Formats: sequence, structure tokens, C-alpha cells
Amino acid sequence: MIPSLIDLGAILPELVIVGAACLLLVLDPITPTSKKDLLAWMSLGALLVCVVLTIGDLHHRVLAFSDLVVIDPYAAFWKLLLYLISGLTILLSMTYLKEEKIDLAEYYGFILLSLAGMMIMVSGADLLTIYLGIELMSIALYIMAGFKRFEAKSIESSAKYFILGSFSSGILLYGISLLYGVSGSTKLTDIAQAVNARGFDDPLVLIATMLLIVGFGFKVSAVPFHMWTPDVYQGAPTSVTAFMAVASKAASFAAFLRVLLEGFGGVKPNWQGLILLICLVTIVLGNLVAIVQTNLKRMLAYSSIAHAGYALIGVVVAGSVDNGDPIASRGVSSIMLYLAIYSFMTMGAFAIIGILRRGGLEGEELDDFTGLAKRHKGAAFLMMVFMVSLAGIPPTAGFMGKFYLFMAAVNAGMAWLAIIGLIFAAISAFYYLRVVMVMYMREPSATQEHDTRLAFSPTTSVVLACALAGVVFLGIFPGPLVSVTTSAVLALP
Amino acid sequence: MTDMVMPSGGFPWLTLVIFLPIVGVGAIFLAKEAAARQVALAFSGLVLLASLPLWVFFDNASAGMQFVERYVWIASPPINYSIGIDGISMPLVLLTTFLTPLCILVSWTAIETRVREFMISLLVMETATIGVFCALDFVLFYVFWETMLIPMYLLIGVWGGPNRVYAAIKFFLYTLAGSILLLVAILVLFFQGGHTFDILSLSQADYAPSLQALLFWAFFAAFAVKVPMFPFHTWLPDAHVEAPTAGSIILASVLLKMGTYGFLRFSLPMLPDATELFTPAMMTLSVIAIIYGAYMALAQADLKKLIAYSSVSHMGFVTLGIFAFNAQGIEGAILQMVNHGITTGALFMCVGIIYERTHSRQISDNAGLATPMPQYATFLVIFALSSVGLPGMNSFVGEFLVLIGAFVWSKFAATLASLGIILAAAYILYMLQRVVYGTPSEQMAPKLVDLNVREFGMMVPLVVLVFWIGLYPKPLLDVMHASVDRLVHRQAQVMTVKQGTRDSRDGLLSTRPRLEPLTLMSHTP
Repeated sequence: MIPSLIDLGAILPELVIVGAACLLLVLDPITPTSKKDLLAWMSLGALLVCVVLTIGDLHHRVLAFSDLVVIDPYAAFWKLLLYLISGLTILLSMTYLKEEKIDLAEYYGFILLSLAGMMIMVSGADLLTIYLGIELMSIALYIMAGFKRFEAKSIESSAKYFILGSFSSGILLYGISLLYGVSGSTKLTDIAQAVNARGFDDPLVLIATMLLIVGFGFKVSAVPFHMWTPDVYQGAPTSVTAFMAVASKAASFAAFLRVLLEGFGGVKPNWQGLILLICLVTIVLGNLVAIVQTNLKRMLAYSSIAHAGYALIGVVVAGSVDNGDPIASRGVSSIMLYLAIYSFMTMGAFAIIGILRRGGLEGEELDDFTGLAKRHKGAAFLMMVFMVSLAGIPPTAGFMGKFYLFMAAVNAGMAWLAIIGLIFAAISAFYYLRVVMVMYMREPSATQEHDTRLAFSPTTSVVLACALAGVVFLGIFPGPLVSVTTSAVLALP
Repeated sequence: MTDMVMPSGGFPWLTLVIFLPIVGVGAIFLAKEAAARQVALAFSGLVLLASLPLWVFFDNASAGMQFVERYVWIASPPINYSIGIDGISMPLVLLTTFLTPLCILVSWTAIETRVREFMISLLVMETATIGVFCALDFVLFYVFWETMLIPMYLLIGVWGGPNRVYAAIKFFLYTLAGSILLLVAILVLFFQGGHTFDILSLSQADYAPSLQALLFWAFFAAFAVKVPMFPFHTWLPDAHVEAPTAGSIILASVLLKMGTYGFLRFSLPMLPDATELFTPAMMTLSVIAIIYGAYMALAQADLKKLIAYSSVSHMGFVTLGIFAFNAQGIEGAILQMVNHGITTGALFMCVGIIYERTHSRQISDNAGLATPMPQYATFLVIFALSSVGLPGMNSFVGEFLVLIGAFVWSKFAATLASLGIILAAAYILYMLQRVVYGTPSEQMAPKLVDLNVREFGMMVPLVVLVFWIGLYPKPLLDVMHASVDRLVHRQAQVMTVKQGTRDSRDGLLSTRPRLEPLTLMSHTP
């Protein structure tokens, strides 16, 4: 099949990103080390072009490549979010890579390739398209996790992620092949028809659904498929960790929701209970294990697991009533809002960890934050805002995210789920506030006292300002984002 | 709903009062560290001035909300920036604006490190607490309610005593855990009460009794922790002992009132059936708090702990008055909320002043202050006697009204509660005997310097209030009458309607005698 111009037009943003990535890889060897920043600015430029191209998609729906790819407001929302995250990651990396002395400029190319994979994921209307997207995203991330190639932890992180990731991809693929057997197609619409025809409790469909849930559960790091998360997050370079924790999670949730609702929306009882179970154990385990962590990156890894659990509340609720019902979309839109807010606060927290990294100091252990308020008022204050937001306390955005999720839960008649979620949100406040406590209520040690330099730079300041603005503005005026998410979600059938 | 809202007459006084402290935060941020105190004092003074029109222009005859402002905040779901005050909240707003400058003054020399952050925390607290008292939208209320946690956590944890970290996190987790069910209750009310977060509309909706019962306990979890009611009081002594003086004052005088205010604003009007049903339980807990708090206070060797437990006892009177649910009880309770704010705030101030000199809060270390510090001792005695409820002083009026209200509900409960006053006399006089009339220890004697001008100046307005409310409470009671009447009459109406529909069970709901609003103390010239 020769792609038509309309088809190519539909995936223009993807083409721009892939083109830019290839260009970066070519330019890299001929760029002198001192000018590597140029490559970063180039990738930012590509992102800006894509923002312009995508923003128009917020209002219409196009199917391309014989229904393999769908361009709809839902995909456009996620793409815009992913551009933002990628942009912030690139800005953060510019300083961080210098501190870490990583001068492999394929880095930016890989970020863009990974982003292209995520964009394909959120636009996929066909399981194989989505699978291709997942693989493109993951392979780039496997490599990026090992970018600190002289450090055993980074290599371990990369290898572990690769092995477990491939394993989960295999499971996903197995589920897809079973569905092909059921429906004779990999398109979500065909699968939906075949699945609905077979009705509830069809063993083959059940097994296939479970396999898909396991595969996606791994990608969003839901318990019990979360084992890789802490090690990978800890070992990977901080900027890459931020990218994984935020972007890959958002993209995976986007694809997960589309597959569940568009493909299996007719047979919700098949998966709703399982998702509910996963949601509960994820919230419980993520929060409880985070309490005992002393490494901040590990703590944030478990916190990201817990937040995946909260977002899963939205998935459960989205599945509790018929499609097209406003309540169903409320579940979906609350996930979109939650993950957008989560992106800001998590990005901010990782950015602070990133700028603490200088010379010999890792800046990752909780002890490295001791008395930070005495040494760097600004950094400590920002970290406090991000921690408070992660704990979900108003007037920060974290509260609004949780508010809409729990509201969707109560609306679906699951007030008990909201209560459990809130209890564990209160428990999570303990470990988030411990960071505040260490920064504000402990005196810095003698060596730390004189240690006043931070890896601040104009680019990291932009990242922090952006994250702070997002956390504060969305906490006080979530209205605009709420209306974007509600209008973007209605496109889901 | 419209009949409950009175237009503010244009100028947004309430918004000004709520957010002026935040402007102050910005100013402190820009000012030099050394000027932080002056800027904070100036802004809190401005807030106090800006809050005076709230009283001057307050219409005592109206039972509805006044100074109302309403703007759409979030379109979907409909959350409004909707604020207003009535006779229940206005005194509490003024109490807050009045005490904040005093808190800044009391910290003038006591806080030496990170002054700027300290003042910022105090001003953010002021915004959050005033916001709680003014919010007419449940989500707005909850946002202010929770916002207050962070600055208070920092006040205790950064500037507190040796065990401050433990006390701060205990305070934080206790109150946060209490609020969990409140948030769920708010969401449930939204879907059951007509898809609105408007507090006045929600107060007029009718909820099934079984739902009311669940919501009542959800509210109770949040408010009882804040009050704190027995057995949820254990965070309070820790927080008070470790907090800096200003933190203790804010905590005791304003923060605890948020709990009792919550009962008055939400539990009573929204859940009349459940309130009726659980009144015995609430009255029992109140009486236990009164006696238990007083008993614990008797045994304390630490001045702050003693006052903290006396707070538990005094707040027991407030909840006793609220759940007696008649005009006297509730007016007494509101008055007692204000009184407790003044008296306990003043007592914590006294402890702070002596702590700055001797660096000890132990009664044994601070004995015999009458001779070296006569002015200080005089003020201490005044406030201590006010705390006991000596006639002619503020607490007497409040406790008297509360006891009348409680007496109507149950003579037995009122009798037990009056034991609390006797115990209060015991622990306060025992404390005074040692602190004022003992002999100062050798090493402390040189440190005992009498009040300076700033400290004297802080005490005077409090003394004026103690006697003013004690001798002539009419202006304050007049403010409350209309709003309290409305609350009590609505309950009476609801119960009458209920009785009409289930006349076979009339014995159950009509046991509570109703009193007309009190005319004895306020309407006679």
C-alpha cells in the first residue's frame, strides 16, 4: 500500500520528530563537543514545530493508514503533554549531562525517538501499531537508562529494564495474537466487535485480556508488575528517570485506556474487577514501601507506583458504566488531569535532585538534603512545594488531581475506594513530609554547611519555574485544564 | 437561598481581609531579612484595620450571610469562590485578625532564626484561617482548611522545642487523617444534595437519616480531631509544648475554633436528624473532655502542658453548648470560643514571656514571680482568673450560658460539667500559688526582669477584652442572635415536620425542651 498524502499529513508530527531524531544522529559526530548544546536546541525546535502541528488536532478526528492510526483530541492532548515533558527533560539534561560528564549526544536523538514511540502509542487504533510504539519507546529508554556507562548501577538498570521489558512485551504480543485468533484482526474496532459477539466470560478473550493487562501493567508499573521500577529509576541518569517516570507512564496509560475502552468496553466485567484489585494493591504497596526508602530516587519510584495506583482508580471508574455516559468520560478525564498534574510535580522533584548532583555528590540520598533550607532557600522551598503537591495537599495541583479522581469514584458509587485512596494519601504525606522535615528541621552537617553551590543554570531554572508554575497555577485554577480534558475525552466512543 | 444572602454593598471587604496577608507575604519576600518583623506587623495591622468594617457595617438584625462575594471559580463541577459571614463566623474572623498582630509582637525577640520564613508562615496561617471562617463553598472551605496544615507544620517543626519534629508530624498526620472522611463526605453531599458545593444550598437539602448518620461521623472525624474532643486530643499537648509561643497562640486561639465552627456550620444545619440522634454521645464526650482535661491539668508540672489540657477542658464546654442545641447553649459556645481565644492566647503569651527570661516552662523553675515581676504577675493572675471563669470576666458569661443550655438538655450533664469549673479553680489556683507566690530559685532570680513596653502593650488590649466581655457582652451577643435563632429554629422546624409524619413515635423526638432566645442578658438595656 502506498501511503496517501492525507495519511502522511495525519502523522506529520511523528514524521517531524523521527526526522529530527535522525538528523541529530547524523549531526552528532560532526558537532564539536563545546557546541553540543546546539543539538538540544534543535530538538526543542522540533518539539515547537510539533506543538503547532498538533494543537489543531484538539478539535477533530481523523483515521489514517486504513484505520491503523487515529488522530483525535484524546491523542492530541497526550501528545501535547508529551512534548512538554520531553522539552523539560531536554532542558534539564543540558546541565545534568555536563555534571555527569555524559557527552554522548545521541542522547537527544534517543529522547526524540522514544517520544516518537509514545506518540505512535497514543495514536494507535490497532494493537500492532500500539505495540510498535511501545517497542520504539522502550528500546530507546533501555539504552538511555545505561547512559552512565561507567557506572555499574546504570548498566544494571539498563539490563534489568531491557530483560523485564522484553518479557512483558512478549506477554503483550501473546495477548495480541490470541485476539487475532478471536477476531481475525488487530484493529481495535474489529476486536471490539468480535469480543462483544462472544459475550462475557469467554475463556479465550479473558486470557487475552489478562495478558494485555499484564503487559500494560508492567509499562505503567502497577503492582505486582512493578519490580523493575525502583532499581531502574535509581540506576538511570536522573534526567532519564524523570523522563521514564513521567512520559512513559503517561503514554502507557493513554494507550492502556484506549485499548480497554475501545477494544473491551463492551465486556467491562471481564476486566473491571482485575483492574480494581491491581489498583488497590498498587496504592497500598507503593505507599507502604515508599516509607522505608532512604534514597530519594527509590522513594520517588515507589511514589510513582503509588500514583499509578491512584490513576488506576480512574480506569476502574471509567469502566463502571456504559461508554458515552458522562460518568465514563469523567473517569477518563480525571486520569488525564491527574497525569498532567503528576508530570509537573514529579518533573520538578527530579529536577531538584538533578541540580543537587555536582562533582562527588550524588544528591540522591535523603541525607544529602539535610538542612537544605539553610544552604539553598530557593531549592528547599521548591522541593517542599513539589512534595506537598505529591502528598495531595491544597492549594497545590496535587490536591486538584486527587479531588477529580475521587469525585469520579464517589460518582460511580465507590465512595469506599475514595476513602482507601485518601487514607493512603495521608500515609504518603508521612514520607513526602519527611523530605520537608530533613530540609527544614535538621541542621546541615559541618561539611554540608560550606557546600553552597548548586548546578543551577538558566535551563534548569526554566524547568523549575515551569514545574512550579504548573503546580501552583493548576492548584488554584485547574479550570482551563479541566475543560481541555473533558472536551478531549468525548472523542472516545 | 436568595433570602439568606445579603449583598455586600460593593466593596469586597472579605476578599481584602483574606488575601491582604498574602500580599504581606510578597512584601516580606521582597524586604530585607531584618525588616521582616516590621513588614509583617504592618500588614497584620492593616488586616486588623480592614476587618473592623466587618463589625461596623454588620447588620445585627439579619440572620443571613453578609458581605457576600460570589464568583465562578471552576466551571465543572460548579465550584465557586463564594464567601460571606454571619453572626457565627464574624466574631471568629475578628478574633483571628486581632490575635495575629499579637503573635507577631510576641515573637519579636523570641524568634531569632529564619525570621522571614516565620513571619511568612504566620501570615499564610492568617489567610487560611480567615478563609475557613468565610468560605461558603465546601471545596473552598476544604482548600483553606487543609492549606493551614503546612504553615502550622513548619511553625511547630522549625521553631519549636526539642521534640518538635515528632510533635509536628503528629499534629500533621492526625489532622490530615481526620480530614479524609470530610473530603469524601463533601463529595457525597455534592451528589446527594443537588450537584452543588454551595454550603447554604446544601444546608437546606434534606438527606435520608441513614446517610445523615454516616455523614455525621465523617464530619465528626475531621472536626473532633481539630477541637480536639476526647479521645482525639493526644496531639494537642505535644503540639502545644513544642510549638513556639506564637504557634501555641494560633493553635489554641484560632485553630481549635475551626473544629467547633465546623460543627456549627455543617453538622448542625445539614444533618439535623443525625445531630438529634447522636446528641447524647456528643454530650457524653464533651463532659468527659471537661473533666478529664481538668484532671490532667491538675497533674502537670509544665506550664504549657497545663494550659494545653485546660484547653481540652474549655473546648469541652464549647462542644457541650453546641450540642445542647438551644439558643443559650450555642450563643454561649460561640462566646466561649472567643473567650477561650482571648484567655488562652493571653496565658500562652505569659508563658512565652517567662520562657524568654528563664528558658524553662517548669512551674518549679518559675516560682515566686510576684516580687521581681509585679506587672507580669498581675496580668498572669487576671488571665488565670479569667480562665477559671470568675464573674465579671469573659469566661464566666460564656460558661454560664453554656451551662444553662446544657441544663435544659440534661440536669445531670450540666451538673457534671460544672465540676469542671471547680477543677479549673483547683488547677489554676494551685498553679498561681506556686508561680506567683513562691520564692524564686537562686539561679533564676537575676533573670526575672519585669515586662518591657512591647510586652506590656500586648497585654493591655487582652485585659480590656477580658473585662469588656465579662461586664458588657451585649454587643457581641447581639451579633450572634439572629444567626443562632435561625439555626435553632430550623432544627425545631425539621423536628416538628418529622414528628408530624411519624406521630406514633413522638415521644422520641420531642424530649428536648426548647427555649426562646435569651433575653435576660442582652435585650434588657
